[in-house]
Amino acid sequence: MAKEASGGRAYKGKLIVVEGIDGSGKSTQLHLLDKWLRSLGLNVFFTEWNSSDVVKEITSKGKKKALLTPTTFSLLHATDFADRYERNISPLLEAGYFVLADRYIYTALARDVVRGCTSSWVRKVYSFAAAPDTAFYFRVPPDIAMDRILEGRPKLKYYEAGMDLNLSNDEYESYRIFQTRIVEQYESMVKKDRFAVIDGTLDIEEQQNLMRRQVSRLLPPSKGRAPIELSKMQEAGPP
Amino acid sequence: MTQQVAARPLKFYGDGISYLTRLESKGSLIVVEGPDGSGRSSQIDLITSHLEAAGHAVITTGLKRSELIGSGILEAKHKLPLGKKTLALFYAADFADQLEHKIIPALHAGYVVLADRYIYTLMARSSVRGIPRSWSHDLFGFAIKPDLVFYLDVPPEELFHRVFQKYGSLDYYESGADMGLSDDLYESFILYQRGIAKEFRVMEAKYGILRIDGGRGIPEVNAELQKRIDGYLRSLR
Repeated sequence: MAKEASGGRAYKGKLIVVEGIDGSGKSTQLHLLDKWLRSLGLNVFFTEWNSSDVVKEITSKGKKKALLTPTTFSLLHATDFADRYERNISPLLEAGYFVLADRYIYTALARDVVRGCTSSWVRKVYSFAAAPDTAFYFRVPPDIAMDRILEGRPKLKYYEAGMDLNLSNDEYESYRIFQTRIVEQYESMVKKDRFAVIDGTLDIEEQQNLMRRQVSRLLPPSKGRAPIELSKMQEAGPP
Repeated sequence: MTQQVAARPLKFYGDGISYLTRLESKGSLIVVEGPDGSGRSSQIDLITSHLEAAGHAVITTGLKRSELIGSGILEAKHKLPLGKKTLALFYAADFADQLEHKIIPALHAGYVVLADRYIYTLMARSSVRGIPRSWSHDLFGFAIKPDLVFYLDVPPEELFHRVFQKYGSLDYYESGADMGLSDDLYESFILYQRGIAKEFRVMEAKYGILRIDGGRGIPEVNAELQKRIDGYLRSLR
């Protein structure tokens, strides 16, 4: 049962989180998990990091003027998260939903600490957020993940590439250094935050089976013996 | 003319701002807190004139929206009212922006920074809305401890008259109208302002807030504030 991180009240619902750097394959996996849980007839809600326009608008404005400090950057993302938390995540957990989060507070912790905020402060800021029932961490060698992302030479956004950290004038080089530092932060959380580590270099189906095995423990008894193989799910899935 | 004041280390309520390299102040941070109608802005104007006449470089700052965040971006995106923590974090972001871009540079440069409200108002507003005090305290761990903090204490009944005389109506949030305290706006205002005043009493000892009787006339209140400020500034030399 999901609990507030501060040890507060318990919810009826379940909170399942995926974390990992861009290109780790976490979103693909959460999407498949979402399909499966829905096919079992469960109430599912899917939420993404930075999905509100508020932060996007402010960060792009701040970028032009190079105005965002690590603390304001952190607090604006916390504002965005709190909005989704108070509006969706918390009430839906209360109502018994399976809430699936593509990135959660650990993303903030990793990024903000790399930018220079202290981890103790960031943890306190986010202490209102429920601790997940399961937090999957997709471990991929940074080079492999970055190759997946950089293959098409995409246009990287200023903050996404960590350009505010002055790591390199080249945005691709900056991105690589930034992502490597993010991975270090994630690795430092694995034990403390009890991440369920998934080897992101495995086949997609293999990873999904591992996730489903883990999540099946959270299912209500009536759904507990549900088929967990990917192939069977597709047969049983809704049209 | 004023003498050059020696640089002192900035003090923070919590972890501070670890990525800053220049962490000293040659100036002073003086905060005036109090509800609308307590006479804050009149006092700040008088103090500014007095200090400038005495040769100090003075800059004023407030809780008004910073350039970064602008007005109404957050509100405009949502039809529903925002949650308590969302608002608390949004105001904290705005405050952080002013702290890093205005207050800290001014302190480095030796200004007397007069703050028309500071984190205490933000914390009091959150607390009366049910947010744990400890969370607000931790949230503002990056905030600088001011050199002096005054709270202009005025009974809510008196505030009501002053606000009505000045503006002809009550402000939505300053009346706690979002909290559903009472259908009657007068009653809601009194209950809300009492709650805020109580929060300031709770914070007084912890944050070294000096309560000033703001129910007196402007000159009397100013005489007391100025005496304390002058005494403090003399102690720096």
